[in-house]
Amino acid sequence: MREDLGLYDYRPWDQRLPIRWPNGAKVAFWVAPNIEFYELEPAPNPHRKAWPRPVPDIQGYGTRDYGNRVGHMRMMELLEKYGVRGSVSLSTALCEHHPEIIELCKARDWEFFSHGIYNTRYAYGMDEAQERAMVEDSMRTIAQHTGQRCAGYLAPALTHTERTLDLFSEAGGLYTCDLFHDDQPTPVRVRSGKPFVSVPYSLELNDTIVYVVNRIEPRRYRDMIKQAFDRLYQEGEQGGTVLCVPLHAYQVSHPHRLRAFEEALAYVVGHSDVWVTTGREIAEYYLEHYYEQAVGEWL
Amino acid sequence: MALDPRYLEYPLRRYGMDHDRYDWSMLAQRAPIAWPGGAKLALWLNVAVQFFPLNQSGKPFAPPGGMVTAYPDLRHFTLRDYGNRVGIFRCLDALNRFGVTPTFSVNAAVAARCPALLERLVGRGHEILASSWHMDSLHHGGLSLDEEAALVERSLRTLRTATGQAVQGWLSPARSQSHNTPDLLAAQGVRYMGDWLNDDMPYGFRTKRGELVALPLSLELEDRFVMQDNLHSEWEYAQQVEDACDYLLAEAEKTGHGRLLALSIHPWLLGQPHRIGALERVLKHLSERPGIWSASASDIVAAWRRQQP
Repeated sequence: MREDLGLYDYRPWDQRLPIRWPNGAKVAFWVAPNIEFYELEPAPNPHRKAWPRPVPDIQGYGTRDYGNRVGHMRMMELLEKYGVRGSVSLSTALCEHHPEIIELCKARDWEFFSHGIYNTRYAYGMDEAQERAMVEDSMRTIAQHTGQRCAGYLAPALTHTERTLDLFSEAGGLYTCDLFHDDQPTPVRVRSGKPFVSVPYSLELNDTIVYVVNRIEPRRYRDMIKQAFDRLYQEGEQGGTVLCVPLHAYQVSHPHRLRAFEEALAYVVGHSDVWVTTGREIAEYYLEHYYEQAVGEWL
Repeated sequence: MALDPRYLEYPLRRYGMDHDRYDWSMLAQRAPIAWPGGAKLALWLNVAVQFFPLNQSGKPFAPPGGMVTAYPDLRHFTLRDYGNRVGIFRCLDALNRFGVTPTFSVNAAVAARCPALLERLVGRGHEILASSWHMDSLHHGGLSLDEEAALVERSLRTLRTATGQAVQGWLSPARSQSHNTPDLLAAQGVRYMGDWLNDDMPYGFRTKRGELVALPLSLELEDRFVMQDNLHSEWEYAQQVEDACDYLLAEAEKTGHGRLLALSIHPWLLGQPHRIGALERVLKHLSERPGIWSASASDIVAAWRRQQP
């Protein structure tokens, strides 16, 4: 174990590149629906239990399954109503299990990026070859089922090794959602030396963290998103910021939660200087316009 | 260091689910369900009538709402008993006042412990569904098939004898099941169960003894989950139920597909004098909305069944 993986260097918030998003937008806003498949009886990982209750944990499993059976359509239609294309953090086995969902997202020109194969298969304990095989399998599955070249990565169930980002970069990835250190994209140091960036993915505004970990009320979640947006919009005068809202249809799409979320969504996209975009587009724009300068100054 | 190579094998990576209990389908893509009288939203209000034993085994886990302190946990034992002595009567009054039809999920042990209560519920014509023996008799993979079959049989027999009802509904304590539970329920005459949380409408569930109806009883909207697990206030609870009601009514209106609002309440929690007003607020809201069909769980299941091919 190391004290720090050295993925990026320290950079004070008041010494940043004056990023300008397309059309002079102050905030790049992206929504990342996590479309996940949890297995009822996953192979055991010695480092993490998949379910809190004994097998079969029908409460945990059923809670997740609700997202695909019921919640997805509600969330997708809501995002569509406000002109938001989802950037899907995908358990890629869902391409095989629930191809209907993949087709619906494809038809809306959504982005798909890798969130591992299943959200019940963790990277903990994998050797390099195993983790590479898992990462490559997930990217290959996205290509086969969606025709997209996978650009982004969020480790399955946020399970990382010291090599995760190196392996994803070597497999052709451009950006990671696994780092929560900043409100702007930053260059990430990977062993291949290839250009690679972190795109902010807010864990604090992730509906599962909000509802399951912090146990927050639906209207307060709405207010948190609006407050975060207001501040990032204000600070975006100096240099463009990123607001990401990660979602799970098994949380946000419950009938007692979705209306309050809609109010937050309407608020954000109702502002003029907002770039409503996807993870890949943020990464590519940053790589094209700011990456080299940032690397020259920071890494 | 590496993981067992089987960790990277995915034998159930295939179309549909990774088990055979039910078919994969999206709610929005199913045939529409029409409730009686042209109602848009069926309301299943389930009242939990529970017994938490003082000598809780906690196997394989302590049930939500169960004993917490060292033995004897008189604190939680009596707080739960309060529900059957006091709280439920406040709930019954409120339900009656607003014309909402409840269904009662009853631990069979209550039949012997509070016969007057069960008599009252049955006398009012309310449906009783079985909730195993008590809150510490959890159904889980550590039970042998015979042990679990006996638990199901004893619970159903006790409640059928005590109520004179067919008792065809089931709710497992803590919604915990073993792999065998659905098969054992179907074998003993159960027609529907509320344990699975994966839908907002009934759906068909396969067993070795024919098909059950899964009638999902919302956990996220349960009074105990909202107020005791999430520590939201009683008024926030009422707000969330009202929001859910209005959302589902609007969805039913927009799609033309009937929807189900399944609420689970606990008299030991919501029947406290400082919380009963929140139940009354919810019931008032529900009773003022047009298009809601308040019905017993088995009537909802029957209406759904009639529309299956």
